[in-house]
Amino acid sequence: MKLLVCISKTPDTTAKISFKDDNTQFNGDGVNFILNPYDEWYALVRAIELKEQKGGTVTVINVGDSSNDIIIRKALAIGADEAVRVDQPAKSSIDTAKQIAEYAKSQSFDVIFLGKETIDYNGAEVGAMVAELLELPYVSFASNMDSSAEHFVLTRDIEGGVEEIKLNAPFVVSAAKGMAEQRIPNMRGIMMAKRKPLNVIPGIETSSHTGVKSFTLPAEKDGVKMIDPDNMDELVRLLKEEAKVL
Amino acid sequence: MSHANDTVITKSDKTDRYQHHDYYGVDQLLSEDHLLARDAVRDWVKQEVSPIIEEYAEQAKCPVHLFKGLADIGAFGPSLPLKYGGGGMDEIAYGVIMQELERCDSGLRSMASVQGSLVMYPIYKYGSEEQRMKYLPKLGSGEFIGCFGLTEPDHGSNPSGMLTNVVDDGDAYILNGSKMWITNSPIADIAVVWAKREDGRIIGLIVEKGMKGFSAPEIHGKWSLRASITGELVFEDVRVPKANVLPNVEGLKGPLGCLSKARYGIAWGAIGAALDCYDSALRYSQERIQFGKPIAQFQLTQKKLAEMITEITKAQLLAWRLGSLANDGKASPAQISMAKRNNVHMALEIAREARQIHGGMGITNEYPIMRHMMNLETVLTYEGTHDIHLLITGMDVTGLNAFK
Ligand SMILES: Cc1cc2nc3c(=O)[nH]c(=O)nc-3n(C[C@H](O)[C@H](O)[C@H](O)COP(=O)(O)OP(=O)(O)OC[C@H]3O[C@@H](n4cnc5c(N)ncnc54)[C@H](O)[C@@H]3O)c2cc1C
Repeated sequence: MKLLVCISKTPDTTAKISFKDDNTQFNGDGVNFILNPYDEWYALVRAIELKEQKGGTVTVINVGDSSNDIIIRKALAIGADEAVRVDQPAKSSIDTAKQIAEYAKSQSFDVIFLGKETIDYNGAEVGAMVAELLELPYVSFASNMDSSAEHFVLTRDIEGGVEEIKLNAPFVVSAAKGMAEQRIPNMRGIMMAKRKPLNVIPGIETSSHTGVKSFTLPAEKDGVKMIDPDNMDELVRLLKEEAKVL
Repeated sequence: MSHANDTVITKSDKTDRYQHHDYYGVDQLLSEDHLLARDAVRDWVKQEVSPIIEEYAEQAKCPVHLFKGLADIGAFGPSLPLKYGGGGMDEIAYGVIMQELERCDSGLRSMASVQGSLVMYPIYKYGSEEQRMKYLPKLGSGEFIGCFGLTEPDHGSNPSGMLTNVVDDGDAYILNGSKMWITNSPIADIAVVWAKREDGRIIGLIVEKGMKGFSAPEIHGKWSLRASITGELVFEDVRVPKANVLPNVEGLKGPLGCLSKARYGIAWGAIGAALDCYDSALRYSQERIQFGKPIAQFQLTQKKLAEMITEITKAQLLAWRLGSLANDGKASPAQISMAKRNNVHMALEIAREARQIHGGMGITNEYPIMRHMMNLETVLTYEGTHDIHLLITGMDVTGLNAFK
């Protein structure tokens, strides 16, 4: 099977968030970047498992400049066979999707995996866009993939239950928690990753219809107010007047 | 290992909140390999070791199952060639791996130091091709556990006075004597043992578990490195085939060559313990309120924290430079002594300061501080004591030997 996994780079969850250029750009200075956990733990690992089960290759693709090579190396160290980097900064979801689709359309992948979202902008948009651009079926937020038969059964957790979707390759799937378990690369994998191909290809021109007006940080949370357990009246007053939830 | 009263230790649900600290952008001096290696070991430690380490340390048990995990992640001999079960990485990669392991626990790092630097390295460096192929892949994969026997009950800082000896007996040597304070010995499958031949020269032998007359009793009652197992090696007329002698080294330079490797790793490892203490102290000081404000706001707390990160940064740069020298094959034993001594002492001082910042909580196993502090007392002493390393520097700069 030919499998493609779309991977992106996100700030570490502990990063201090600030903006630049009139609050229209995330300020990445001094921020530690990581491979997006949904891409790494679920999408990539499930793709590798599928390859281990059915044979084939796992290709990872990233849209970004050479500062992303380290997260690509990590994906190769975990077990992807080869990598493609579209050599330009990721501008927007639609631009990223177009770059990925452009590469994927000539390759006839059986399954294209993504994480359900990136942990920075939480857009969860690229998967649907890639599927649409390639005219492939799309299953979002899959928490399980049964690949024991010829066809696939994907599970989605939905409000109050689960939905099971039966389909045949090719398709696009975004992976949520449950899809697989994190695999930590070992030293051998890290060294072997150096010998795996990382093909840098130019991006295509795209037009963009959207842009960021500005980012604002959420208001700082107030400290916790401790109320004496005997003082229920005060609790009710605060819930009414300050928290305004009653 | 036999333990009276074996209780099952399960993972605690307390999360390891350790965060990365890089005040001087030292990460930019590291390569992709180094960063990937470090993050991989950190992730593994957080998942597999942090949730159990307090309990193992408290019960003074060695988490023997972690040998497999350490092997799988590639922590044994990462700078040895792939062919022999190593990782084919450079010395800085080895350093950052040791740092991450010791960030969790010096005992965990000791398990890896001994296996990689004191057992695999001498077999690789001084062993025959048959010995390499026989032992190294099994040690690298964790199938075999190894230990290193140099120290004796009456010869610690002065190993050249060792009494353990061999007598020629045709195709074998008859080994007699005893070794003391040997990390991993009670659970080891093989021991690299240093002993004197009849002509007084020191040679290295690979002694296998089960050889007649060989035993390895455990040393109990340690208040330090409690999650690492330590024991003796006792040899009573053990017949060791000559095929088990390391053919390519004679004299004290054999064991000292291994110790240089391990000390190098300790110079990095100690930074990990210091970082963990600093990390915990920094967080605690911001969360702990006294007199209506976080204690981090008091100047005396800030002095402690500021000095900690200053000392850590200096140690990081020392280790990095030592690593660059080691990669070029130019790190001298005296330079390694300086870094081992400085960084371990720095870590111990930081543990003590961090303990104060945690107040009473600092003495409990809610926080890792006392465990690190107690561990570091061993690290200060083993692999050459704090004072002996000072004398090595002293001898190096004056040309005069103050040992004897
Ligand atoms: C937990 C643990 C694990 C260990 N693991 C191993 C292992 O795996 N393999 C192994 O071979 N050994 C191991 N050791 C032994 C360790 O290397 C020795 O303890 C160390 O070398 C010191 O020897 P000693 O304890 O005999 O102290 P001593 O040599 O008796 O030293 C006592 C004190 O005297 C000082 N001193 C000694 N000589 C001089 C001098 N000339 N000038 C000034 N001061 C001096 C020392 O600095 C020290 O402060 C381990 C030790 C511990 C505690």
